[in-house]
Amino acid sequence: MADPFEPKMTAFVCNWCTYAGADLTGTSRIKYQPNVRVIRLPCTGRIDFMMVMKAFSRGSDGVIISGCHPNDCHYTSGNYHARRRWMVFRDLLDFVGIDLRRVTFSWVSAAEGAKWAELVNEATSKVRELGPYKEIQQLAAVGID
Amino acid sequence: MARVGVFICHCGENIAGTVDVGAVAKAALDMPGVVHAVEYKYMCSDPGQTLLKDAIRDKKLDRVVVAACSPRMHEPTFRRTTEEAGINPFLCEMANLREHCSWVHEKAPPTTKKAIDLVRLQVEKVKRDRPLNPIRVPITKKALVLGGGIAGIQAALDIANAGSPVLLVEKSPSIGGHMSQLSETFPTLDCSQCILTPRMVEVARHPNITLYTYSELEKLDGFIGNFKATIRRKARKIDEKLCNGCGVCQQKCPVKKIPDEFNEGLSNRPAIFVPFPQAVPNKPVIDVANCTYYKTGKCRACEKLCPTKAIRFDQEDQIEVHDIGAVVLATGFRTMPTSNFSEYGYGKYKDVIDGMKFERLASASGPTGGAIKRPSDGKEPRHVVFIACAGSRDRLKGVPYCSKICCMYTAKHAMLYQHKVHGGQATVFYMDVRAAGKNYDEFVRRAIEEDGVKYVRGRVSRVYEDDGQLVVKGVDTLLGAEPVEIRADMVVLATAVQAQHDAEELAQRLHVSYDPYKFFAEAHPKLRPVETNTAGIFLAGACQAPRDIPETVAQASGAAVKVAGLFSQPELTREPIIAVVDRQPPPVFSSCVGCFLCKSACPYQAIEEEPIKNRNGDVLKVVAKVNPGLCQGCGTCVSTCRTKAIDLQGFSNEQVFAELMCI
Repeated sequence: MADPFEPKMTAFVCNWCTYAGADLTGTSRIKYQPNVRVIRLPCTGRIDFMMVMKAFSRGSDGVIISGCHPNDCHYTSGNYHARRRWMVFRDLLDFVGIDLRRVTFSWVSAAEGAKWAELVNEATSKVRELGPYKEIQQLAAVGID
Repeated sequence: MARVGVFICHCGENIAGTVDVGAVAKAALDMPGVVHAVEYKYMCSDPGQTLLKDAIRDKKLDRVVVAACSPRMHEPTFRRTTEEAGINPFLCEMANLREHCSWVHEKAPPTTKKAIDLVRLQVEKVKRDRPLNPIRVPITKKALVLGGGIAGIQAALDIANAGSPVLLVEKSPSIGGHMSQLSETFPTLDCSQCILTPRMVEVARHPNITLYTYSELEKLDGFIGNFKATIRRKARKIDEKLCNGCGVCQQKCPVKKIPDEFNEGLSNRPAIFVPFPQAVPNKPVIDVANCTYYKTGKCRACEKLCPTKAIRFDQEDQIEVHDIGAVVLATGFRTMPTSNFSEYGYGKYKDVIDGMKFERLASASGPTGGAIKRPSDGKEPRHVVFIACAGSRDRLKGVPYCSKICCMYTAKHAMLYQHKVHGGQATVFYMDVRAAGKNYDEFVRRAIEEDGVKYVRGRVSRVYEDDGQLVVKGVDTLLGAEPVEIRADMVVLATAVQAQHDAEELAQRLHVSYDPYKFFAEAHPKLRPVETNTAGIFLAGACQAPRDIPETVAQASGAAVKVAGLFSQPELTREPIIAVVDRQPPPVFSSCVGCFLCKSACPYQAIEEEPIKNRNGDVLKVVAKVNPGLCQGCGTCVSTCRTKAIDLQGFSNEQVFAELMCI
């Protein structure tokens, strides 16, 4: 019998809030599902949404994006840029045909270790229910990659 | 071809207990570019680091991945080690196998698989790392302290005593702040002015301190070590050099009926005034809004009578620009406007006052000479009710946080009242008594047990007047929510501590982050309490959160040490994680097209416009250029750039996409 489906999750997080928050999850020994691979960036403002496309086209079944809460950005306003960019990009993704349920956008501060575990668990479970992201291959055939 | 070494740490059982480290090492050897992979019990230990250095030399490694704990923990350690072994420190990356893997997952094959993936990501990243050199910038060894309350005074004195020049800027005509208005201080009951004024005089006399009162910071440009501060020196209408502070002008000024700010409106002052007798500097200022000359063009009584001819009606504001290396923000607090408390009759009944007014009533230098007299008719109140938490811990009407100082000053007020009015009765309505501090709880107990202050646990719902007395309606929750009604002669509200009115605007001007209540935010709530997220700007006192005097002084000294530490270095070195704009040979010069979207995205104004000229001086192209001193390396410009002409060192597009290629 084949192994049950385990989703591949990619997370883009900022160094100062969410990465530190995920460190706190570790320090607090809060368990979560091991599907996620974290890409550390200085700030969510650094996220070029082509990175999200690349993550999907390289076989990610789900993507998590998380940074500092509004007003709490280490770089004053990077997270606002990320949010604004995401608002625009989300519609574009939808238009292109990407399943938006596979993208989770959140804020996790350096003090929210438990929230990081919850976020990863929820996003992973949701994507596990949705199943492998096969549709992306059809999009890739029309030149999305 | 890169020669990458992978070093996997067991961290005792912390990693090895959950992750099959042997399998990780074996898998790492199969990754392209990896020529060496070992595991060791503690990589951060001395033998572990020696092992790393020896391997770099023996195996001729040129890049290193340490798979251990969080880079936020030990990245500096391993970067130093690689540097000692002769490799550029920025060619070392860490895979976070502990916080992000072994501590958060069960011992199972997927966990080891994740560990291998995490190592693979960092191997791909490190292969694309470029050698970087720390950025060196010079430091202007002069500090700007903003705010002349006890926080600013302490910070300025400590920095000045450490040998660096300080510019102390205070917006009001005298330094001293709230502390100069206080009567006595808890928990020792020593007179506030007696302990403060020697410090104020020391500030005025200190050779390293330049004092600018009645001045404000207009603008702060630049970056750590190299700020440019634009300061507006408001016109006092007095030649400070000639004025000897004799006070004749104050006595002779025909305008007498202006509410005195220093006495919280409990007395009046003239239009030319020194805020209080111990003011530093002891030079008057003309209140232009109320001066007869500015209103009608006539009077000039002070000018005629001034023995040193120091009055200057035509004096204008002056703008000065100073080079500054570090800034200490010590702008203090305000108390909640009492118009919030209509249910307590504030503003309606003269005898409902706030804590600051009570301080002035109880102060020997106050309008009553320290005698407790109620404002309405000057009679001695026989019963005073103090209402704690007026606005604090009140989500609906006030602020959700605890203002911290009110429990103590209310106990002090009640105690002072009992000392001054024999046979009088003070009653305190409270929610909780929060008296955590050295000798604080003892102080509250003393107020209750020795001085006979009555403490009633409960909230007050209403204060109204009846037959010349104030009726306080409340509840005693310790008597089973029994309604209580007390007839009092005076009511004192312990109003909440809030951030200054202009705190948000100032924070935005200085690029300092602030919390939802507009208090300035520290860089780390526990480990970096006096730094802000903007390098070179430090915090002292109640501009950060409600604070009492001992805490404020301790924090001000802490901020001063940070400034002195900064100034002790010959120059600054910063991590070179900054954005760079690509440069190419002519005729392209740069793939930047000069749209300057990056400029509007940059939170630090670090993007400059650089004209590229030919030998005749004609401008061929205007491209973006990153000021390495200002850039903090957030990378917002990188993702904004249309032509990918701008990239972030250490987190380049190539690196991030290489990581994504192997997920």
